[in-house]
Amino acid sequence: MIEFQLDETSGVATYLQLVQQVHQALRMGMLEPGERLPTAQQVVADLAINPNTVHKAYRELEREGLVRARPGLGTFVTRSPSGTDPATQARFLAELTGWLRSARAAGLDPDDVEAIYRTAFRACFAEGVA
Amino acid sequence: MSAAIQASGLGKRYRRTWALRDCTLAVPEGRVVGLVGPNGAGKTTLLRLAAGMLAPTCGTITVLGERPAAGPAQLARVGFVAQDTPVYARMTVSEHLRLGGWLNPGWDNGLAQQRIAKLGLDPKQRAGSLSGGQRAQLALTLALAKRPALLILDEPVASLDPLARREFLRGLMEAVAEHGLSVVLSSHLVADLERVCDYLVVLVASRVRVAGEVSALLASHHRLSGPRRDPGTRHPAGQEVITESHTDKQSNLLVRTNEPILDPAWTVKPVSLEDLVLAYMSRTGDDTPTRQQQLGVVS
Repeated sequence: MIEFQLDETSGVATYLQLVQQVHQALRMGMLEPGERLPTAQQVVADLAINPNTVHKAYRELEREGLVRARPGLGTFVTRSPSGTDPATQARFLAELTGWLRSARAAGLDPDDVEAIYRTAFRACFAEGVA
Repeated sequence: MSAAIQASGLGKRYRRTWALRDCTLAVPEGRVVGLVGPNGAGKTTLLRLAAGMLAPTCGTITVLGERPAAGPAQLARVGFVAQDTPVYARMTVSEHLRLGGWLNPGWDNGLAQQRIAKLGLDPKQRAGSLSGGQRAQLALTLALAKRPALLILDEPVASLDPLARREFLRGLMEAVAEHGLSVVLSSHLVADLERVCDYLVVLVASRVRVAGEVSALLASHHRLSGPRRDPGTRHPAGQEVITESHTDKQSNLLVRTNEPILDPAWTVKPVSLEDLVLAYMSRTGDDTPTRQQQLGVVS
């Protein structure tokens, strides 16, 4: 079963941290369809957080179609996030790794690379919402 | 949404000093609401007025739709844990529970006994010899066993060590999960509030500076840094600058907006709740009109 953790300095709302941790666990195969998420009471007892926050996170996951609440039984994983197929992911991973190697060979340090990546990332995905 | 606490033009004066003046706010029900603000903002006075331990000098306040301490029924619906979680030093733990039973019509003795056992408190021990954390837990037990619809806590964890604080808040959150009560608590410890609260009110000098759902506040505030822009530069509609600082080359802003930040010159970062609270507390000038609009959404 997934065990949640909190980063108090991230500026990311607590409910969203829970949602993201479930996404991550699903992507990494640490949570599989049919598995039960901890009850709100369990999460509250573990993390000393507000139960409404846990409910909010689970509602969001349910809205995304990733889990389903079964009254009296708990909240269960129904499917993994709609990821692209593994072959496509592998292709992009290889391309990005190649790019990173050439950047490093050209003398860029990790901070340079991150700045470039962030700028390009923002430019691409901000266009998407504009 | 109905209000746990609703105040309008509320004021409390001690001789010639106003402890709270012209306070208008609405705190929603069914939430765990954090009340933050600098010392002297009027938080304690507001909470004591809500608990019916003080009478207002002017203005009105209702708690769960009724006047505070209007009668026995209203007293039973509202629990109050005062600053430093006071208990009777010479009385034992079990005597506290018996007293609670005599004084409260809706007393849930099972809940009280269960909590004391779970906490590992010795029923025969005098409250005066308990640790600070245990005293706080005893005070919380008494307040919860009343089975109030609203529990008001005034800086309940200020004097506790981090472990005792976490245990106290865990107990409080478990009670919320089990009984679904509304909670209003004041604290300076914003990191704690971020964990336990789903709604936040920042009070400065009796005025609400900002109020809203914690997740919505975090999602709508951003820290922008980029090349210098002169103060007073116009920002896109819907972007409200909360704080700004400038060097000769760089500008750092904390803005509130529900729109994405599209200007590529800015590096955008999320803000922690602590930064957000500090920004509103340090913000100068009276911007009551916009606050009033937000209050309209709350009530």
